[in-house]
Parts: sequence; structure tokens; C-alpha cells
Amino acid sequence: MSDKKTIPTIQRDVVVIGGGPAGLAAAIAVKEAGCDDVLLVERDRVLGGILNQCIHDGFGLHIFKEALSGPEYAARYIKQFREKNIDVMENAIVLSLTKDRVVEVSTRGKLQYIQAKAVILAMGCRERTRGAISIPGHRPSGVFTAGAAQCLMNLENIMVGKSVCVLGSGDIGLIMARRMTLEGAKVQAVFELLPYSSGLPRNIQQCLNDYDIPLFLSTTVTDIAGRSGRLEGVKVAQVDENRAPIASTERFVPCDTLLLSVGLIPENELTRQAGADMDPITGGAIVDDTFMTSVPGIFSCGNVLHVHDLVDWVSVESEQAGKFAAAYAKEGYKAAANRIQVKPGDGIRYTLPQSVSGEDDFILSMRVTEPGRNRRVVVKNGDKIIRKKEVRLHPAEMIRIKVGKDVASGGNAMEVSVE
Amino acid sequence: MNSKYEVLIIGGGVVGCAIARELSKYSVKAALIEKEADVSMGASCRNSGVCHAGFKYAPGSMRAFVAVKGNAMMDDLCRDLKVKLKRIGKLTVALDREDEPTLHKMKENGDANGVPGVRVIYQDEMRKIQPGVEGVAALHSPTSAIVSPYNLTIGLAENALANGVNFHLGQEVTAIEHQADGDWLVRAASGDTFSAKVIINAAGLFAAEVCKMAGINEYRIYPCRGEYYILDKRLDGTLKCLIYPAPKKHAAGWGTHLTPTVDGNILIGPTAEYLDDPEDFACTAEIMAQLRREGQMLLPAMRGTDFIRNFAGSRAKQTPPEVGGNADFVIEDRKDHKGFINLVGIESPGLTSAPAIADMVSGMVKNHITLTPDPAFNPVRPGMVDFFEELSPEEKADLIAQDPNYGEIICRCEKITKREVLDAIQNPLGARTLVSIKYRGRASMGRCQGGFCIPRIVRLMRDEFGWKPEDFLKRGKTSPMFVGNMRPKGGAA
Repeated sequence: MSDKKTIPTIQRDVVVIGGGPAGLAAAIAVKEAGCDDVLLVERDRVLGGILNQCIHDGFGLHIFKEALSGPEYAARYIKQFREKNIDVMENAIVLSLTKDRVVEVSTRGKLQYIQAKAVILAMGCRERTRGAISIPGHRPSGVFTAGAAQCLMNLENIMVGKSVCVLGSGDIGLIMARRMTLEGAKVQAVFELLPYSSGLPRNIQQCLNDYDIPLFLSTTVTDIAGRSGRLEGVKVAQVDENRAPIASTERFVPCDTLLLSVGLIPENELTRQAGADMDPITGGAIVDDTFMTSVPGIFSCGNVLHVHDLVDWVSVESEQAGKFAAAYAKEGYKAAANRIQVKPGDGIRYTLPQSVSGEDDFILSMRVTEPGRNRRVVVKNGDKIIRKKEVRLHPAEMIRIKVGKDVASGGNAMEVSVE
Repeated sequence: MNSKYEVLIIGGGVVGCAIARELSKYSVKAALIEKEADVSMGASCRNSGVCHAGFKYAPGSMRAFVAVKGNAMMDDLCRDLKVKLKRIGKLTVALDREDEPTLHKMKENGDANGVPGVRVIYQDEMRKIQPGVEGVAALHSPTSAIVSPYNLTIGLAENALANGVNFHLGQEVTAIEHQADGDWLVRAASGDTFSAKVIINAAGLFAAEVCKMAGINEYRIYPCRGEYYILDKRLDGTLKCLIYPAPKKHAAGWGTHLTPTVDGNILIGPTAEYLDDPEDFACTAEIMAQLRREGQMLLPAMRGTDFIRNFAGSRAKQTPPEVGGNADFVIEDRKDHKGFINLVGIESPGLTSAPAIADMVSGMVKNHITLTPDPAFNPVRPGMVDFFEELSPEEKADLIAQDPNYGEIICRCEKITKREVLDAIQNPLGARTLVSIKYRGRASMGRCQGGFCIPRIVRLMRDEFGWKPEDFLKRGKTSPMFVGNMRPKGGAA
């Protein structure tokens, strides 16, 4: 540790990394749990995270029973955060995190180490790019991820294009199709590789149908034209059941802008650096029902843990993580007597948490693999069915099921499946 | 407007910039003209970034001579120019006994070419260098190295500029005339003209066209495109050295292989495909699928989530597809066109050879004008070799304390600081595109591909340099990033 000689180290009970909806709710919960020594580190100049660029409404329907815009939703939490006088470092970026919870933070003018008793990871997610999905063709300007375009338009007053195609029916893509239409652009179409939408049904209605923007399912972009510099158009084609483009259906759609809404990736570089075990399906850490990762004292919540459909559930989950992190900081590590693994079964893509103690009630979050009606999600503890819930199944929607400790305790393996 | 020089270099790739830098050692009025908005926009930013040892080329050939000499010059050059060079060595692998004679042939070639330390080694020793490597034998060449090709080109150009060579970017040559006074007159698409006693054709893919403008008709370039994948830094350290398959006869290149970059990525590629269009840098579905397949075989640890980006570049080949292979470099001082120094077919190993070619060319320039060493020549380019991210925490803390802009990260994936982005924007050549910023400071080169940093760079340019949305160009005038402001007034809250 000789290289730390000139770098100051401070001590904190809880450090929260990220000041979006997850970090805000977690930090507030830490304070409410009676842990005063909490510090939130935010890399942007202001708190609120991606909510700041989400100027459309629909946030807070579950928590506040009203439709708020993103900044309004963030403002409610920022107000609480400020009222509680929680310490915050803005314009500060975490460069590294060790398994012993040493957080390396860089700010203008100073590099410092923070030794935390507990760390809450709330870094959110990033967008999948053109390179990640290997779209062939030229590499002109005019190809943006939908969220980056949203940031440029809503926060920087910049119009990114006039004639637009959207690849991927993720919620941000749908929201941006409407947004660009409202700003005078011609949105040609939304193309979706899958046979169903990746976004919420309500967004299909409110963002596409209400504006006569066509959605082509089982269709993808096969080529990008723009040899001379700016995007000139895209080739699109229908795909077969193996998602391979059908050459005979290929057609050219002229446009100067392509927005990509093809998935979100939890941003877990620090999590990996700290040595936490990862779930290849969620792209986030493996956690127990206290939201603790495999590294004692490091907790994870919000979109860095698994990508949520609604911010309300990010807030609810992060409050839980905050509560448990505060307890950890006060009382230290208390290994649960029993550890029950929770596994996804038929029709379930993932479940979270990946293990529970059975000593407390908990919420099981999950996503299904394909759409379906009149189906049930069944939770089994060993061979015993402990919970059944009738739900509309859509991969875009997260399903949450509360499981009581009375039925969770005992046993050593749970399975969740669709029947 | 006419600008008059003693020497004019056509083309701002690594060869042109190396010549510019070589000439800047002398008291000579020299300039370089380039059609793109920056240097290093053609093959020099679209290759594997390998500094070859020189064992593959026929003894006595021009390629063998300039590659071996250029390789040996690279350490001093990269040190002076603050460019990363890593001598990681190469294993050219024989997968079966059938390929083994090729290795011995290359070893003989290498010895004849004066390549230091080339040896044929067998599995035990191969696996000490690269654990788990397949193959029965390999040629080990310790002087094979990796270098950032665009950083080298930019470094050469900036040092040349600092030592007095003029750079005219965005000037596309349209005509070349030999004037009555013996000088050459070069016309550009802008209407500007440039006259010089000596002109040097370093136009790469367009070398044959430039020849034709000057009345030299015997050359033809067959562009041969190679596609690549760039992989995430997650796999950094997987490759301890360069690993190539033993070359097959008549192949246009080495065949698909993995190349680590000096920045910690891995490249898969390049393929070889002859095209008519020298600037068709598209990537294609079939070849991308082939690269994914071959990449997976060569690197089983690779996952689909490791793909960051694809790119393609073209080799300036003199051999048509039906002949294949490579022709030797043409480096000539034309007797029939006095003062026309001609470089044609500088494909691989052009990057490696650039410093040696520059040395030869300055010798040719001396046939026409007197070159007097400039006592004020400073070979050293200011700055650091390493990016901030690669420094120790202690060094980082010191820099942040000295300049708070080092404490602010603009590009989260590559951890590029505001200071580095500002330096990239305020580069001495005055190249102001987003690609110029990317190549100089790595901002937007990481796994999020600019999703995070482009809005931040936009804000920085607006706040500190007064840029409007229309001022943002990706590569040049034909690639505008944005339409304009959405509202007449406004901006960030």
C-alpha cells in the first residue's frame, strides 16, 4: 500500500456509488435506518441520473399514484435527500473498488480513497451499441443509441436528424420515436428483431399507434448506407424463426438518422473489479435477499443489478438494499443459518435474488422468456408449491412476487416456472 | 491562393508524415497536403498496428530492406514522439508438420534480411511464451512489435509541424503540372495551388491516380479490403505475443489472426477482398460472420458481449486478384519526371517501413536541392506516453493536484480525463473532427462507443469553444453530426 502515501484516505460507514433513482433511494434508506455516516458519489454535475433526460411522463404511478416526468420523479427523491442532509460528492467518479471496500474517487483537484464499511453499487446501465450487435455496413454519422439522442435533444437542445428509423422497440426507442416526431422529424418506422415488442405495451400505444408510426416485428437492419459521411439509409429485412434475415424481403429505407434501442447493459466494471460473482443472464451481480453480492459488505440495486421496466421498482428495491447495507455497517457480517438457492425454471429467464435466507419475507423479481396469456407463475420450495400467481406474461415487463418467510424457510432450493 | 515550397508531400498517411518529419530536420521549405480533415485517415488508421520484424520478405527486396531498417528505428522514434510501442514478439505457427518447412524458409529469409533473433522453436518453448498455444512449431521473432498506427502518424505530423513543415488539410489534389520554370504546380479542389521544386507522391490508395496526373501511366492500384472486429479490454492480457498462422502461398495477406493493440484491445482480422472502390470501408454480413467464427476458434474465451466495433481498411496492392501475393514497394526518384519522387504500392509493411522510407526519400530529395541540417530541430514531442488511466494512483493524484481537469472523467469506458480531451481538441494540426479527438485521446473508443462521452464533449465544445451544433463533424464536412438547435435559444439548464 506504499503507493497510497500521498493520497488521503477517509473513513465512511456507507458509500453509495451513483446518484440516480437507485442511489438516491438507497442513500435515503441508509439514513432512515439510523446510519448517519453515508456518502453518495455521483459522476454527473447534478443528481437524478438518467431521469433528468426523461422529460416524458409515466413515472411514479405505483409509488406516488400519479404520472410524473423523470425530472419530477427525481426531484421528489432529491428533496428528501437534501432534507436529510446526506453528504454528496458531485462531479466525482469512482476509478476503482476493492473487495475490502476501498473506493478510489477522483474529483476536480483531488484523488482520494474512501474506506467504507458497506458499499452500495447503484451505477445503472448503459446502452447496447451498433458494434455490440454487429450491424454491417458503412460507419457514417447519424447512428445514435436512443438514450444518447435523448440526452442531446432534451438536455443539450440539439436536433440529431430529420428522417429517422428506429431499430429495436425498447422503451427508450419508442419514447424517442414520439419525441422526434413532436420535434418535427419524420419517423419512418420502428423495426424489431423479435416477434413481439421489447417495450411496454402502453408505450406501443402512446408513442407509436397514436402517431401512426409503423412497427415492423421480426424485422432487422441488415446494412447501413453512408459511404460519403452521413447516413443515407438502411436496408431492412424480415427474419426467419432463427432470426436470420430473409434476403428476398430486403428493402431500402432512406433516412439520415438511425436510433438504436437494442438493450441495456448493467454497468458492472467496478463490481467485477471488486470480485463479485456475476449472473450471466442479468448482467448484474448475484445477490441474496439483503441485496448483498458475493463480496461481504458490497450491495447492489437498481439497473446495475438487473434492468428494470419501471423506475418505481428501482426505488423500492434500492430502499431495501439501503436498509440492509445500513445494518451491515452497524452490525457487521452475519452469515445466514440457511441459504436457499432460487433457480429459474421453465419459461423464466431469470429470478432475483439468486438466494434467500428464508428468515425474512422477500420479493422475487423475474422476467419471462416469451409472451403469454392465462398462465401462472409458480414458486416451488423443494417439491412443494409455495406460491402461485396469475399474470399476463411479457418479456418487457418485470414480474414481482412477494414470498413470505413462513413458506420460504426450510428446504434448500426454490424454483420458479411458468405453467 | 498559391503557396510556394521547395518540397511538397502529397498524402498525410504514416509514410507522408514520416517524410515530413524527416525533412523537418533540415532547413527546407516543405509542406504536406492531405484531402481529409486530418492526417491518418486512410490505411494508416485502418490496419493491425503491427511493426513487423521483416523475415517474410524476399532477401534483397525493397520491402525487406525498409521493414528491417524501419523496425530498428522504431524505439527511438516512438520514445521521442511519445507513442506507445510494445515489443511483444511474434509466433508464426505451423499447425502441422506440413507447414514446418515454411518456418525454416522464413528463418533463412530472416537471417538473410538481418532480422535479429529469429528462431524456430517447438511446443514446450512456444507454450512458455503463450500458454496453451496450438501448433507443432513456430518461428519466434522477438523484434515484432505493436504500435498505435494513428498515434504514430499524428506524432510524426505534430513533430514535423513543430519543426517547421506546413500542413494543408482538406486539400484534395485534382491536377499536377510541370511548369516552364521546372517547378511542379499542384492544383487542389478548393482552387488553391501549391508549387514546389520536388513533389513526393505518398498518396497510398490514390498513388496511381497521382502518378497519372503527373503523366506517369504504368502503375495501377488494386484496393484489397480487410475487415476487423475490435474486442473489449476484458480480454486484455490473453495474448502474450502476436500469433500468426504460417502463410499460405498466393494469399493476399496473413489470413485471419488475433492482434493485441497497445491500448489493450484485441483485433480479429483482417480478411482480404479485392474491390474497385478504394474507399469502400463498409463491413459486410458474410465476412463479419466469418470473423466471429474464426475468432471464436482462435480465442475460445471470447463472448458475444466482447464485440465493440467493426472497421475495415484497404491495402494499396499492385498485384491484381488473379496474381495474388504482394509486389515489391516502388520507391523511385523519376528520371523522366524531374523532381517527382514516387511511392507506389506501400501496403504492409508500410507502417513498419515508414521511417526507413522517409530516410530514403530525404536522400532522393538531396538529388534536387541542398538539405542543410537545421540546428533548431527538436526531435521530442511534448506530452506523456501513457494515458492518464495507465498511471499509478500516486502519479494520478499529483497530476490532479496540478491541473483539476485531470480529476474530471469525460469518457467513462476508457477513463479519459477532461485535460486529455481538451489537449486532443486543441491539437497543433488544428484537426477538429470527433474522429480527430478520438484518435488523439481515445475518448469514445470504449465499450459504450461514445454514448456517455459524446454529449459531454458536445457540452465542453459549446461551453469552452462556443461551438454550434452544425460545427460538429464526425470525419469531415460530409459527415455532420447534428442538424442544429431544436429551439432558437436554450441549451443546458
